[in-house]
Amino acid sequence: MALIELQNVSRAFGKGDERVVAVDTVSFTIEEGDVLCLVGESGCGKSTTGKMVAGLLEPTAGQVLFDGQDIAKMDKQAFQRYRHAVQIIHQDPYASLNPTQTVRQMITRPLLRHKKAKGREGAEAHAVELLEIVDLTPAEDFMNKYPHQLSGGQRQRVSVARALTVEPRFIVADEAVSMVDVSIRVSLLNMLSRLKEEFDVTFLFITHDLALAKYFAWQGRISVMYLGRIVEDGPTQRVVMDPRHPYTQALLAAVPEADPELARRKRRIELRSADIPSLLDLPPGCTFNPRCPYVVTGECDVEVPPLDPIPEGGRVACPVRSSISIQLVEETPGGSVHTDADISQYQPDG
Amino acid sequence: MSNESQLIWKHEAGSGTPLSLRNVHIIYGARKGDVQAVRGVDLDLRAGESIALIGESGSGKTTLGLGIVRLLVKSADISQGEIIYRRNGTEVNVLDLDKKELREFRWKECSMVFQSALNAFNPVLRVWDQMRDTAQSHGWKDKKAIRQRSLDLLGFVQLDAERVIDAYPHELSGGMRQRVLIALSLLLDPQVLILDEPTTALDILTQRTIIDLLRKLKEEQHFTMIFISHDLAIAAELADRIATMYAGRIVELGSADDIFYRPRHPYTLGLIRAVPKVVGGFQELFSIPGSPPDLIDLPSGCKFHPRCPYATDKCKTEEPDLVTVGREHEAACWHWREVEEELQTNPLHSV
Repeated sequence: MALIELQNVSRAFGKGDERVVAVDTVSFTIEEGDVLCLVGESGCGKSTTGKMVAGLLEPTAGQVLFDGQDIAKMDKQAFQRYRHAVQIIHQDPYASLNPTQTVRQMITRPLLRHKKAKGREGAEAHAVELLEIVDLTPAEDFMNKYPHQLSGGQRQRVSVARALTVEPRFIVADEAVSMVDVSIRVSLLNMLSRLKEEFDVTFLFITHDLALAKYFAWQGRISVMYLGRIVEDGPTQRVVMDPRHPYTQALLAAVPEADPELARRKRRIELRSADIPSLLDLPPGCTFNPRCPYVVTGECDVEVPPLDPIPEGGRVACPVRSSISIQLVEETPGGSVHTDADISQYQPDG
Repeated sequence: MSNESQLIWKHEAGSGTPLSLRNVHIIYGARKGDVQAVRGVDLDLRAGESIALIGESGSGKTTLGLGIVRLLVKSADISQGEIIYRRNGTEVNVLDLDKKELREFRWKECSMVFQSALNAFNPVLRVWDQMRDTAQSHGWKDKKAIRQRSLDLLGFVQLDAERVIDAYPHELSGGMRQRVLIALSLLLDPQVLILDEPTTALDILTQRTIIDLLRKLKEEQHFTMIFISHDLAIAAELADRIATMYAGRIVELGSADDIFYRPRHPYTLGLIRAVPKVVGGFQELFSIPGSPPDLIDLPSGCKFHPRCPYATDKCKTEEPDLVTVGREHEAACWHWREVEEELQTNPLHSV
């Protein structure tokens, strides 16, 4: 049984003319111990989906199942257990920590409140352990600090330690490393990966950064969202190396690469329109059709394409292009370069 | 794009060095002490080239950019150094310019595109009003000519010019505003363009249109540009040369290829090894231990030594200057040869 399952989950905001469907019939499952990365641009519904998974927002239609149980139908106790099992880490560590509390208070209070430690001393010892898990060492140096005395990276580590107080099985990380400096980002990601391995924590990792998603979920899965719908998902390695949906392809081609040679050789995918449609006035059919270079008029602008499985793994919502691979990097005439070799080595595992 | 051909750029792909920074120091006064944001930067900007200043928050790159156009906050002081600007054989020290001369210098000689495009506009003025104000305050009288040039420039940045020129800033998306700001910065045909995080906070597909636009400015119009970015990918896409900044100093300077494939400063190498690529197979990443230094209470010696895997006792006491490590390639590190050796064993690319 999957740990998390979303069945045709939708979420609308507003009324009448101002009604927007931020998330539209999204379905996916996350197995215990897995990582799912939800990627997409701003406004695609990835954070709204994350909030619904974490139980912070109710779907307007569809069900969120936890351990096979619909969270909307849980009794108080079961819902409480679910809320402990699922923790969320927000993007902005400057806003998500109480500025008037010390690290000690932020960690020991939930430990005592939820009876995860016995007495003040037990809580203290447990807090030190948690700080060490998130690499805030020596932990004693951090116990008396207030958030303003910590760097962005250190604050985010405190957020993680605080989430760990209730021994979660599942963590929703919403752009958790986006505000942190480049040099520190990797160590934060590696720390989160360690939680996955050592404590078997399952992750929903939400990000706009495809390269980060690829790094964090290399052994996991990626779902690409566009205007409230999943347009493609599958094992990360398949989605990144052999994207099929034109939107996924356009995103991967557009990402600037920290490698001048690669930047010169990366293919450009010209979109028919640079502007993203408004959620208030979505185009009929596939919502990507006004921008899609492969649009088939009379087909793509009529019906919403189903998210159908493909033999290489995962699902693609594009009957026109789902069986066609493209090269993202142009071949160089003068011999192979590192990145090309990697692409040709890749064998889809079905 | 029919508008493009009508644009007249007065500046030619010149030669020489429009901008030279000499030993520039910038300090912010704070209660706890002086924040040494920029500590002795020397840099020559050649005509037609684009330089990227890269580094993490607090490295001094934005302060340096603001210092060049003298838009620093009051608590900041350019305590030492010279900023030499040259055009048509004459040169001035930007630090000697009075208020009126500075107004002339900004926009006309050197314009700056800011990170948050929404804050750069007056919210109650239409795009046209902003462009007209800017042109008129620099002595343009012919309204018709201003309007035509504005329309041409808005077309050049791939906007629907007729619609956008009469829009208010809030009616435009982030990417559109950023493009309007770039058009505005080109209005008076400046010689030097400074762009501070020009694509940060934009969505990927929008970011791509801005990058391609800036590339066009660079390759077709030969603008002289300084990019300020924490994002190495922007530098890889757009820069001819790259300067790595750390704790207020340039610690490495070289061509984009040298910096990305043959870095000699451990900090540059650390940054490159920390950034993932989206194309290709799995790539191991490494973080740089520790955190950026406290600019009020800087470490002794090389400011990077507490985080550096190559650090020795010498690094703790003596701060290295930039030395030549290759053709037009400089690095400020006592141990750059060890970095070179390390890269021979573990090369960054097979390019």
